[in-house]
Amino acid sequence: MGDEQSYRSYIPHTDEEIKTMLDEIGVSSIDELFELATGKKGTAILKLDRGMNEWEILKKFEKLADENMDFHFGAIFMGGGIYNHFIPSALLEIANRGEFLTAYTPYQPEISQGTLQALFEYQTMICELTGMEVSNSSMYDGASALAEAVLMGYRLNQKKKVIISKTVHPEYRDVVKTYSQGLGIRIREINYDEGSGMVNFNELFESMDDETSSVVLQYPNFFGVLEDIERIGKKVKEKGNVILIVVSNPIALSILEPPGSFGADIVVGEGQPLGNTPNFGGPGFGFFATREKFLRKMPGRLIGETVDTSGNTGYVMTFQTREQHIRREKATSNICSNHAHNAVMAAIYLSLLGSDGLRKVAENSVINAHYLLERIENAGYNRKFDSPFFNEFAVECHNLDKLNRELLKNRILGPLDLGKFYPELRGVGLFCATELTRSDDIEALIEVMKGMK
Amino acid sequence: MGRVRTVFEKSVDGRRGSSVPSSGFPKRDLDEMIPKKFIRSTPLNLPKLSEPEVVRHYTNLSRMNYSIDVGFYPLGSCTMKYNPKMNEIISRFEGFTFIHPYQPEESVQGALRIMYELQEKLKKITGMDHFTLQPSAGAHGEFTGMLIIKKYHEDRGDFKRKKVLIPDSAHGTNPASSAMCGFEVVELKSGKDGRVDLAELKSKLNDEVAALMLTNPNTLGLYEKEIEKIADLVHDAGALLYYDGANLNAILGRIKPGDMGFDVVHLNLHKTFSTPHGMGGPGAGPVGVKEKLRDFLPVPIVDFKNGRFYLNYDLPKSIGRVRSFHGNFIVMVKALAYVDFMGEEGLKKVAELSVLNANYMRKKISEFLKIPYNDFCMHEFVASGEELKKYGVKTIDLAKRLMDYGFHPPTIYFPLIVHEAIMIEPTETETKETLDNFIEALKKIVEEAKSDPNLLKNAPTKTPVGRLDEVRAVRKPKLRWRGDDK
Amino acid sequence: MKRYTRTHEWIEVDGKVGRVGITNYAQDQLGDIVFVELPEIGKELRKGEVLCTVESVKSASDVYAPVSGKVVEVNVDLDSQPEKINKDAEGEGWIAKMELSNPSELDELMTEEEYEKFCSQGE
Ligand SMILES: Cc1ncc(COP(=O)(O)O)c(C=O)c1O
Repeated sequence: MGDEQSYRSYIPHTDEEIKTMLDEIGVSSIDELFELATGKKGTAILKLDRGMNEWEILKKFEKLADENMDFHFGAIFMGGGIYNHFIPSALLEIANRGEFLTAYTPYQPEISQGTLQALFEYQTMICELTGMEVSNSSMYDGASALAEAVLMGYRLNQKKKVIISKTVHPEYRDVVKTYSQGLGIRIREINYDEGSGMVNFNELFESMDDETSSVVLQYPNFFGVLEDIERIGKKVKEKGNVILIVVSNPIALSILEPPGSFGADIVVGEGQPLGNTPNFGGPGFGFFATREKFLRKMPGRLIGETVDTSGNTGYVMTFQTREQHIRREKATSNICSNHAHNAVMAAIYLSLLGSDGLRKVAENSVINAHYLLERIENAGYNRKFDSPFFNEFAVECHNLDKLNRELLKNRILGPLDLGKFYPELRGVGLFCATELTRSDDIEALIEVMKGMK
Repeated sequence: MGRVRTVFEKSVDGRRGSSVPSSGFPKRDLDEMIPKKFIRSTPLNLPKLSEPEVVRHYTNLSRMNYSIDVGFYPLGSCTMKYNPKMNEIISRFEGFTFIHPYQPEESVQGALRIMYELQEKLKKITGMDHFTLQPSAGAHGEFTGMLIIKKYHEDRGDFKRKKVLIPDSAHGTNPASSAMCGFEVVELKSGKDGRVDLAELKSKLNDEVAALMLTNPNTLGLYEKEIEKIADLVHDAGALLYYDGANLNAILGRIKPGDMGFDVVHLNLHKTFSTPHGMGGPGAGPVGVKEKLRDFLPVPIVDFKNGRFYLNYDLPKSIGRVRSFHGNFIVMVKALAYVDFMGEEGLKKVAELSVLNANYMRKKISEFLKIPYNDFCMHEFVASGEELKKYGVKTIDLAKRLMDYGFHPPTIYFPLIVHEAIMIEPTETETKETLDNFIEALKKIVEEAKSDPNLLKNAPTKTPVGRLDEVRAVRKPKLRWRGDDK
Repeated sequence: MKRYTRTHEWIEVDGKVGRVGITNYAQDQLGDIVFVELPEIGKELRKGEVLCTVESVKSASDVYAPVSGKVVEVNVDLDSQPEKINKDAEGEGWIAKMELSNPSELDELMTEEEYEKFCSQGE
């Protein structure tokens, strides 16, 4: 198979060069060098295939890509944490420049001003969206950002009970549980109200006690419903010394009052909707924003503005004493590599759209979602929860499995089955619309749904 | 080049750089659909620019970055090898970028196949029995792996193993990840040769130790020649051995961590497997384990049955998820393409030529800079700027001066056990000329340190900005742009 | 009476209470101090336990209690002006006042002369 030594395009050494270098080192062969360095002879056998050439690779992966059903221009009604928004061409062209893609962490600020300034701008945009005072320069994803927020809550008040609504993304809750194991943090999950799809207020308030470290909500929540965080925020503040953590969707925040206004102490979420393709779920990035007074307890890299020796403005990584390379086991997190490139994509996206553009994306998503709901209801289906929503809503579909299979046959990606995460909601579909949802796609969906009635 | 104004300062009301697809449905007022109290009244200040302005802004920013595509980037411990362009093209196929993580499995068989194939190949490369691809970076893999170790001990009914041994030469993420799992970190002092000191290890091993975390070669670039003995000692004490795969490049294809006796390994696809570092990420930190630890892996793992790939959630003892969805899939695509391209022979060459490059540099640089543990090294080595101190010059000055010669400086001040450390990792993708040019520049700089130290202390002078005041950045924090600043 | 530790703290005792800080030598080694995480008033410490942390841009160093006792006052000026430690480490840059629970521990510490010698030997 293939050109025998394709790898030589990435490994430049000629035989003469290797010989000169071995001579310089004073050994006769690479095997001898390995023997001297490792104390071992010989080499392992991996039983891997021989290398392929570039054309063969392109062909193989083209075929693999074809084995997936993609929905760039397709009919997609699935959300649940990853959303299909329009990605401007300019964004992809700039973001994929080698100067961004093949640089690493800006350890040397003098030759990393591009990264640093772009991330400084990113941090500003996240503060604007969330209504918070400081943002770090990215985390891995929304779920790990939430888990880190919970750990930060513990660092702030040394309390070990975390109250988390079941309307928070189920996978995020799983990750919070994973991260909490080691430190003995206890998780109390709060049920949702079956009518409204919001967190059950009474249960939430009753479970808040002196041991409560933080309260975690999602806005809009996993069912698409707008949680009344104003009301909850007030209660949390009354209690005192409890950290309010809100998971949010950055696009929604362009038209929704930001959690910062309702007393949130930490706002986190998945940044994928901001200019990142769905990518089968990764990479996107996590955003993490908090209040300035908590700055020294927050995880992740921070970029700050300063001046150089001639007084010119420049940017550096700052407050690094929080981080693992300095504080080791006492660091505020173990995070080192983050998702800077995805965060810079978000910054470019937001620069291209501006406030008005982003608001339009959000508004059109809301309009489309409400229209979609109308059509579904007209087709004889019932909505599950009756609260105001952003761009997702739940609908009772008798045989959802069958419906989704039928839809897929028509190249329509149907709703997420909430039964996957909530056994009691088997057969309830979580529908999603964005600014890209087209009326002919909706009609095709309705056609199939009607046929299933 | 001068300062680039922030994108906010360039904003002009009324401009926009992207056309938002219209809804296509009758326009409705927002407050018909969303109660007033939820509708944003807080102003939102995002920049307003035309598309060409945005393109110029970020293109100009990008030009202030040093990157692998621009030049030599010998940043020790980070494996800044060439990032193949082929991978970028492949990773942008719409069949990879526009698929949703909750799509029915039958509609993403290609994606699952990629994950499965990558798992299988990583098993062969590392000698481990099972893999999870979920972790998003090295540190995330460490956290995953250490939590698996914790669960493993607890599952055996052994709750007293609360300590983790970590050499003083280790990367900061090792103790930080262990602490996040609730472990107490016990530092192992390195021996005189820079390697694990067996006597020290024996004295710290007992029935309270859950694991020893190692990288091999270690952060000095030195191979732990007694690794089998170390593994026996650790296992005899009932503990497990954890492999930080940051340095896998040195042994790729030639030596398997599984054969050395490691029970858990993490890899950094963004180092060894050529995926780009993206200014800090995304990377990926797959974790491999030996058979007895399989049941503790995060869910889901990718399995194959009856001719179909599927996500297997059936691991009742799993530590749970460490992130949402399936991990950094796009990074996996690139890593698999790389493995397929290199093949077995190519992967071995990676180790061989990265070690050759490093030893060549070590030999030549030792003629004019101190190398505290000057032994045959693997893929990297650590020099020291200590002898320059007498000229009033610190390692940081030397690093800054390298920028004036057009190079990215090596990693400095790490590992902590070497004073004024200069950690150099050339990788296999660099030519002999490049290495020679770098060595020549470094030699000149060492001479400058003696003859005209101010050249170093005032460096860099050829960069977009000079040295930045990091003290001010902390004392007067400005972590976001504000209009009223200007 | 002023005494010094091998971990570069000083204590100046007046009656039952001693002012504690880091030495001039230590501040010089650390460089610009940018943050002091002050201890809580009322905190009880044994000799050698961590009293607080002092940060430069690239380091976070623990400051150890030179003697056993209780923290009775902290230098709140350091919150806004941590650079006071650089300017006057053994005066205005004091960190905390401790009420000694075992004054005899002072005998185990170094005098100024001994400390100077200790530093000049490069530890
Ligand atoms: C030795 C070592 N271990 C662990 C890590 C952490 O890896 P990551 O940055 O991918 O989290 C690094 C990163 O530089 C490293 O050099």
